[in-house]
Amino acid sequence: MTDQRKFNYRTLSSDEPDNLFGGAMPKALEAVLITAGALLISVLLVAVFFLSAGHQPVEVFHTIYRGAFGSWFSWQNTLVRAAPLLLTALCTAIPARAGLIVIGGEGAVVLGGLCAAVTGFQFLGAPPLLAMTAMLVSGCIAGGLWIGLSGFLRHYRGVNETISSLLLNYIAIAVLSFLVFGILRDPATLNKPSTHSIGAGNMLGTLGESSVHWGFGFGILFCVLLWFLCKRMTFGYELALVGGNPRAARLAGIPVGRVILVSCLLGGAAAGLAGAIEVVAVHGRANASLAAGYGYAGILVAFLARHNPLAIVPFAILLGGIQASGGLLQRAHDLPDATVAVIQGLIFLVILASEMMYGKLRFPRLMPFRSNTTLKAT
Amino acid sequence: MAETDVGFWGVVIAVLGGAIRVGTPFLFVSLGECLTERSGRINLGLEGNLIMGAMAGYAVSYYSQSPWLGVAVAGGTGLLLGAIHALLCQHPRVNHIAVGIALMIFATGVAFFLGKPFIQPSAPQLPSIGLGGWSDSPVVRAALDINALFFLGLLLVPALHWFLKYARWGLMVRVAGENANAALALGYKVKQIRLLATMFGGMLASIGGAYLSLYYPGSWNEGLSSGQGLMAVALVIFARWNPIYCLWASLLFGGAAALGPSLQSIGISWGYFLFNAAPYVLTLGIMIATSSAKQTLAGMPGEFVK
Repeated sequence: MTDQRKFNYRTLSSDEPDNLFGGAMPKALEAVLITAGALLISVLLVAVFFLSAGHQPVEVFHTIYRGAFGSWFSWQNTLVRAAPLLLTALCTAIPARAGLIVIGGEGAVVLGGLCAAVTGFQFLGAPPLLAMTAMLVSGCIAGGLWIGLSGFLRHYRGVNETISSLLLNYIAIAVLSFLVFGILRDPATLNKPSTHSIGAGNMLGTLGESSVHWGFGFGILFCVLLWFLCKRMTFGYELALVGGNPRAARLAGIPVGRVILVSCLLGGAAAGLAGAIEVVAVHGRANASLAAGYGYAGILVAFLARHNPLAIVPFAILLGGIQASGGLLQRAHDLPDATVAVIQGLIFLVILASEMMYGKLRFPRLMPFRSNTTLKAT
Repeated sequence: MAETDVGFWGVVIAVLGGAIRVGTPFLFVSLGECLTERSGRINLGLEGNLIMGAMAGYAVSYYSQSPWLGVAVAGGTGLLLGAIHALLCQHPRVNHIAVGIALMIFATGVAFFLGKPFIQPSAPQLPSIGLGGWSDSPVVRAALDINALFFLGLLLVPALHWFLKYARWGLMVRVAGENANAALALGYKVKQIRLLATMFGGMLASIGGAYLSLYYPGSWNEGLSSGQGLMAVALVIFARWNPIYCLWASLLFGGAAALGPSLQSIGISWGYFLFNAAPYVLTLGIMIATSSAKQTLAGMPGEFVK
């Protein structure tokens, strides 16, 4: 389904040497170069967009930098926004390694947050550590089951997982609204209907002296763990095989359905944890703020990282930075909120288009007589 | 007694009218998606087309005081967005579905960016044709006030059906969708066919968006669309890639989407938010019921990315 290349046949073939005298490029270097080039092109396109909208691009970019990474304060803001992106990106990236395009992160965030809030209310008097664990785990379970449903339907009923996960987003938001406006509503919340508070004592703390909450740490931890799983463990190998060629994987004796299901459960658990963290560390209760678009931005992060869990970390921070600069853009240049969406959409388009460059980059020939062709001839 | 009598029929007709009123954008989006998918591509970015069309239609209608010019310009933006999708997807390594999501984010962003100044002012609306003149009841009259664009969509249904089934170009679209290699062997330019099919599909989706801002709900704001463009993909699967079924499916979805508000209007407000999810649950249920892991669906184009 995806065009993700799982094996680099070029480097396997013996007639093209990997050397400085003209030849193929190592896979990692290729990915870094192409992604960097794509980001550069998107910056140019964004500049053109700002110019045509009547803004000085250089000034706007400087504002984005100030808002995202210019000071310790903006760094903290950026990392807080990157925390859910780390986890929602995993929700797309892990199933994508098995060849599925899951875009249901938003729904998993919403339900994960809702379940965490409900659990938190039950554990009001409990010791904080127990309450927090219960809330985070319940968020994981809710999100995992929600995305797992998409994976289950995909494998056992042949339902397209992209569309089912998208529909589940809307259903999750409707369930949240129904419960938050209905039986779970805390009557004290008048303007913005919310569930009951989980209690200030059970909120997740911050990292050291900063205002960055522990959710960022959990995000990094999840990325590293899942990277290890995908790159260093048997399951990751099975995942790659299923993503590369499901029929060959089945013939090789790999339980394709189970691999697909587990990848969806893992991805969903990550996104559900993102929702739980939003509740436990930021809002303290579940309400409409959970559907803030973290799920959709996570899809972009996953594609930027080419579904590599470790590469998600820098791109989540980059995207978190762009989102964090939205407020400053509004104040300094009178640019609407949607600016962030325009930038994200452009980056996404260019990144996808850059996919066509893979396999076309090669080292320049530094010495004319030791080119590929002469080597082939000998 | 007479009042309850009129009330009962009023409710029935109001539901029917609601299905038409809410279903019209579904009709345009699903017809566009149907054509695109028959040519062998999925455009998941129609939600972006819809919102962009709504914004462009509203803005042009506001400036020119001509809603029909607004519809035309909205169609133009749809052509453009469709072209971007088709040109990017021409390369075999580029993922259709991901490009659709990216275009959705991008077009929605651009529409909200450029549309900010148009949230306040009111633009001239599209005319509607009152078919309820025979009745004294205002409920019936309001329900049978049907917008001109719906009739345009109604004409498009048999036209597209005829085009796909009997026209030479329609045959080319079908071959490109059924088997790209066969089309290439016949000397058809598959990329060009898909480009045109995606552009035309995008145009229809944007016209559906113009209906949203220029007739019902009839204003431009950021919460205008409730995912009609995204549901189009599922709707076309439900309609088995057949334009005539697309009409029935759109009306059904329109009715499902109108369920919450109409139940609220007769005093049932208990599950308002759940009834709002009715179209999505309906879509998912239909997809689960009709899909199979073992065999492909009847009417599915061979090149359809599953």
